[in-house]
Amino acid sequence: MSETSKLKPGHIQGETGVWEMVIGLEIHAQVSSKSKLFSGASATFGAQANSNVSLVDAAMPGMLPVINEYCVEQAVKTGLALNAQINNISVFDRKNYFYADLPQGYQISQFTKPIVGEGEINIDVDDNNQTTIGIERLHLEQDAGKSLHDQHPSKSYIDLNRTGVALMEIVSKPDIRSPQEAGAYVKKIRSILRYVGSCDGNMEEGSLRADCNVSVRKAGEEFGTRCEIKNLNSIRFINQAIQAEAERQVEILESGGEINQETRLFDTSTGETRSMRSKEDAHDYRYFPDPDLLPLEFTDSFVQDIKDKLPELPDFVKKRLVNEYGITPYDASILVEEKDYVNFFEKAATGGDGKLTANWMISELFGALKKENLLLSNSPISPETLGELIGLISKGIISGKIAKDVFSEMMISSKKPSDIVKEKGLEQVSDDKEILKLVDKVIADNQDKVKDYLSGKDKLFGFFVGQVMKISQGKANPGLVNKMLKENLK
Amino acid sequence: MSNKKSIVDIPTVNKIARLSRLDIPEKNKQSLTNDLNNILGFVANLEEVDTSNVEPLASVTGHKLPLRSDIVTDGNMEDLVLKNAPESSSGFFVVPKVIE
Repeated sequence: MSETSKLKPGHIQGETGVWEMVIGLEIHAQVSSKSKLFSGASATFGAQANSNVSLVDAAMPGMLPVINEYCVEQAVKTGLALNAQINNISVFDRKNYFYADLPQGYQISQFTKPIVGEGEINIDVDDNNQTTIGIERLHLEQDAGKSLHDQHPSKSYIDLNRTGVALMEIVSKPDIRSPQEAGAYVKKIRSILRYVGSCDGNMEEGSLRADCNVSVRKAGEEFGTRCEIKNLNSIRFINQAIQAEAERQVEILESGGEINQETRLFDTSTGETRSMRSKEDAHDYRYFPDPDLLPLEFTDSFVQDIKDKLPELPDFVKKRLVNEYGITPYDASILVEEKDYVNFFEKAATGGDGKLTANWMISELFGALKKENLLLSNSPISPETLGELIGLISKGIISGKIAKDVFSEMMISSKKPSDIVKEKGLEQVSDDKEILKLVDKVIADNQDKVKDYLSGKDKLFGFFVGQVMKISQGKANPGLVNKMLKENLK
Repeated sequence: MSNKKSIVDIPTVNKIARLSRLDIPEKNKQSLTNDLNNILGFVANLEEVDTSNVEPLASVTGHKLPLRSDIVTDGNMEDLVLKNAPESSSGFFVVPKVIE
């Protein structure tokens, strides 16, 4: 037990030594367009089955795809935000496979010449681990339809509403080394997408999904054979699936077996991955350039216009928060995940102490909201009231401990903290005379302990502080209590 | 084309047929293999052309890819979309169960 706890994240202790994970992610991000990539049907989620389908999407003979300019702009914008190479000429290819929710018999995608090439992003795993992950490419492609398997014992029901919706597939380099890094990477991609507005990043509705390529190796060795885990739709599942898959591979390798390169599914009920047999030929896609579509070409000025309109990106805001408010880079990275968080934080921090505000927001407020299953936008505590609470703490009007009680009350009643403090008489006692009274009482009531303390049991000092705080119901100013106890315990 | 080496054999034909979901009668496979080799052999003549300094050509028309604005102009035709489906129910296509 103690040995495994010393392992670094992403390392697995096997019989033959420590193994390291090598992970690459393919993120599918639905473009937040009104209409589809190659047809004028609506791209809205949740419409009545097959109502958002045109004859192009249904692949009727003679229908021709015409590309959506907005989707092209979103891909370029996202590429720029990923610090990536933009390719002014790119080509659409047909990726051929058969599935009931793919009426064309092929997906229009980009194979050899994607719209966006190599780039990189910075991720924050925790306070001590910031790293850079390479981006291999970003390309535009069509989403597939949806199959419902639970409507009938022997039939599947097909809804083509999603068929042809624009996806950006963002492929990372195999630079990721732990499930934690994979999670941080997905979070960072999601916040970049949301900042630029090219995808809403909603994993529950499936507008952001990930395929994970996982292999293992001994440190310093060549990459091992990888397996691909398809269609993971939450960061928690990405974490679990990678860990389970890497452990499976280590077990096979250590018992003398070989890894088959294959596509696998993560079973959320068992927490294990299993082979998708039907995908045996899946990698034989017989790509070729789509004869219905000419190469996609645009000018440098088209790219420049998009670049000029790029909003502030998460890394920029993060740097600003660190500089202006003196908070840690990791705290800043959590706050910049969502624009909402940043707005809330900056309003709350006008109360004074930025660092304290960040702490309270991240550990207390986010924790409490999570417990109540609430979003920040529905928080009973507003930035103004949180700011006021921070002000009360930093001015010494209430102690940090009392502030937690006030905070809990605020979560329930949405009252102003100053009102709660007044109503309940929670102001911190910072009056020397008041505190002296308490100190005298504690000393008088505990003469035996005072003797022990004076004869060298220094540790007892904490006991006296605790007693004073207790009879003051937590309201005594701890600094003053310490000072006056020292002066009077002689 | 007898001087060109055969590119396709019967196992390859079987594989392509499977990937394309084509059911090819056993008796036709040899002649199909010959046909494919003849076609590929003919096209292989192009390999003699030196293309080392030529960009791949995607179109001979000189036209550019037309772009459309992001406006909803189509859809809401469930009846038409489902018209040719062998089976449908409450607006869905219905197919034999496909599940992992």
